Amino acid sequence: MSGLAKVVSHRLFWPIVMLLVLFAINLVAFPGFFTITVRDGQLFGSLIDILRNGAPTLIIAVGMTLVIATRGIDLSVGAVAAISGAVACSIILGSPEPGNLATVAVAVAVALLISLVLGVWNGFLVAVLGIQPIIATLILMTAGRGVAMLITEGQILTVNSPPFKFLGSGFWFGVPVAVVIAAVVFGIAALVTRRTALGMLIESVGINPEASRQAGLRARGLLFAVYTFCALCAAIAGLILTANTAAADANNTGLFIELDAILAVVIGGTSLAGGRYTLFGTLVGALVIQTLVTTVYTVGIPPIATMVFKAAVVTIVCLLQSPTTAASISGFRRRLAARAGKGLAAS
Amino acid sequence: MSNVTSENTAVPRSPVVEMRGISIGFPGVKALDGVDFRMFPGEVHSLMGENGAGKSTLIKALTGVYGIDAGTITLSGAQVSFSGPAQAQAAGISTVYQEVNLLPNLSVAENIMLGREPRRFGGIGWRAMRRRSAELLAGLGLDVDPGSLLGDHSLAVQQLIAIARAIDVNAKVLILDEPTSSLDADEVAELFRVIRSLRDQDVAILFVSHFLDQVYEICDRLTVLRNGTLVGEYLVEELLRIDLVQKMIGKELTTLDDLEQRAHAVVVDESDAATFVSASKLGRRGAINPADLPIAAGEVVGLAGLLGSGRTEFARLLGGIDRADTGELTIRGETVRLRTPRQAIARRIAFSSENRRDEGIVGDLTVRDNIVLALQADRGWFRPIPKKKQDELAQSYIQALNIRPGNPDALVRNLSGGNQQKVLLARWLAIAPRLLILDEPTRGIDIGAKAEIQKLVFNLAENGMSVLFISAELEEVLRLSHRVVVLRDRHVVADLENDGLTVDSLLTLIADGRVASDDEALAEIEPTPTTQGGTR
Ligand SMILES: Nc1ncnc2c1ncn2[C@@H]1O[C@H](COP(=O)(O)OP(=O)(O)OP(=O)(O)O)[C@@H](O)[C@H]1O
Ligand SMILES: [Mg+2]
Repeated sequence: MSGLAKVVSHRLFWPIVMLLVLFAINLVAFPGFFTITVRDGQLFGSLIDILRNGAPTLIIAVGMTLVIATRGIDLSVGAVAAISGAVACSIILGSPEPGNLATVAVAVAVALLISLVLGVWNGFLVAVLGIQPIIATLILMTAGRGVAMLITEGQILTVNSPPFKFLGSGFWFGVPVAVVIAAVVFGIAALVTRRTALGMLIESVGINPEASRQAGLRARGLLFAVYTFCALCAAIAGLILTANTAAADANNTGLFIELDAILAVVIGGTSLAGGRYTLFGTLVGALVIQTLVTTVYTVGIPPIATMVFKAAVVTIVCLLQSPTTAASISGFRRRLAARAGKGLAAS
Repeated sequence: MSNVTSENTAVPRSPVVEMRGISIGFPGVKALDGVDFRMFPGEVHSLMGENGAGKSTLIKALTGVYGIDAGTITLSGAQVSFSGPAQAQAAGISTVYQEVNLLPNLSVAENIMLGREPRRFGGIGWRAMRRRSAELLAGLGLDVDPGSLLGDHSLAVQQLIAIARAIDVNAKVLILDEPTSSLDADEVAELFRVIRSLRDQDVAILFVSHFLDQVYEICDRLTVLRNGTLVGEYLVEELLRIDLVQKMIGKELTTLDDLEQRAHAVVVDESDAATFVSASKLGRRGAINPADLPIAAGEVVGLAGLLGSGRTEFARLLGGIDRADTGELTIRGETVRLRTPRQAIARRIAFSSENRRDEGIVGDLTVRDNIVLALQADRGWFRPIPKKKQDELAQSYIQALNIRPGNPDALVRNLSGGNQQKVLLARWLAIAPRLLILDEPTRGIDIGAKAEIQKLVFNLAENGMSVLFISAELEEVLRLSHRVVVLRDRHVVADLENDGLTVDSLLTLIADGRVASDDEALAEIEPTPTTQGGTR
């Protein structure tokens, strides 16, 4: 295989091309696209917006990647995000000092703890009861919004708490806090799974569960771990989303975010059939999705067409990545090469 | 063209399949290089070669699974280029691939008829479907319920079902890639009966096997490949076995006789080794009746029995794969309950499954990851085996077992069947087991490598490792084992020292559960057990 063919057949080739194309479109529509300015020691610009707005999706997508690597899927992340936002806001609202750092710390801690319980619940359904992941997490996906509703008592909880708000729209050394959090989550996940044997074991369970069991892997434990981690990611994303608007909305916080997260994973080249995963691919996928949303605004596509546009882009990426397409492309190359070979022989 | 029978195989007729100058390359590997191959109607043809020689790849080139880089393929005189196995099938080439590729969640009948279900009022004619599949199974001498789930059957039965599926199609060409790798003598005989009758109906049959006996029994013509290149095409009756082996490996084979002598040498001084593991009244409902089995350190115990005799089921209890519901297991005097394979591995008991595709290899991981997998799982995820150590392990087993290609970064699923089996073996050897349970460990492994592996197992046993060995090939059981335990109808019926045992005496035992009365060597050694749950 030639060097070029190798690059083209790399599984991140098309997602990265897509990202670059989207950047180019944006640059044409809006020449200042790449400009990053520093105002009051804080970074501003379209790219920064993409990073900041894409942070919650990326965080969830990181957890989702590991779940998908085990052949699973977690549909409940949106609901878990809503619950964690609701829990945090109701604690902050119920406290006499909503602006106190300690209050916010407690609220965040409780929200995250509850998400761990929810993750264990998903893990239990999948690993112990053996329910298919899509069904198991569908339960929490639907019930979870109801739970969030109960917590908010059907209200939209608006909080006025600067430390909490900081999570969503604050800056840390000039970088949006949401981006910092996403980077930390991403970094920890990548380090822990790739520096230890965890990543390989997760992949092994996803590729061949029975062979893995016979090789002495604790498949159950791994499933509990990934679903719990995914719920934790969802809760973190939920806190960022809620803090950004300073309001917990049981119905709308994290609505459809599970779909974006799954898309990010798939665009990034991790197969829904489980097995080998790439967190870096997921990062690219999440950026593609968020850039897409931005593009819709900069190019001025009418909001009603947004979904269609998104669907089109996703379809293209998936088509380019499909094995059938890959096979026909390489078949085409082969025929070309054969023809060239024959031509040479004839001359 | 009428029914020419095998009075003279050399009669030149026009080949039904003709492949010329076939080349296929994968990244880093030239799997086939300008290979010519042809098949004649009414002939059984064999492709011979070592593991990784390119046999399966040539088959896949013919049936359109892989595109070819160069060469031409003609079928009945017309040039063809199939874009996939379905097209090849429609054109009359019916194939059973090396790795049985059926759907475990569907019934046996559905698996056989999938894609060409009998129709009735626009829907599927379930009754006709069951009837047809029952007929096909009966034709292979197989008694299974067509309504049962495929996944509930042993690998051998699944293999036969795949064959039943293939012969149902009205084919000009039938391809069987290592169809007998997990079959017992009886099933092989049934299969050969079917193959002969198809041959007499002028079907061209390709039969790939590493068992020379089978090849010499059924085949008329063979083609030898070595390292992706053609060595030659020969008539079976004109090629001595020794020459065939020499053509396959490119040098002479000496290792087998070596082992023969060693096996007997060890039997002599094995008497007073301590018992490492001992099963007493260990059983599982529906799988194996309570049975006893002590295994001494350094002892190689063979399990013999027909398909469905419970030999695999018994071994699975010892390996912790399935849970025993009666009896107990003692390991070095300590009573243990094995609930998971993990617990067995922690006690250095390794179980290597016969079903390498479903229970063995992790296809999308690399050779290196597959080799260290069990060891890594045992250490725990937070104690990764250092990269350097992993490389050493992988490299040493790649060398010891001659795994090819010898690239630790290759994905296991891209290895040839025999090489995948070697990787699996390496995984278990890597945990330094005290008891190694091998269920058909040499399945699909070529004769050269088989001798190497047997030698390796033997060396380890000499150093104190116990081995429980299952193989459908009784010669192999006898060659390796110090003791042979015979199972029949899910009972242990005999437990014998391997001293003067012959394949024939074993066969008698396996078939009717009694020690042949005319075999005085046996009658004298064998103390009590002729009934169920045989004790020592
Ligand atoms: N999809 C693939 N990608 C990369 N390499 C491959 C692929 N398929 C086969 N190979 C390589 O091609 C060579 C031939 O493999 P093949 O499966 O044809 O061997 P074989 O003769 O059938 O061996 P065995 O007796 O073990 O079944 C091997 O080196 C194998 O690693
Ligand atoms: Mg093969």
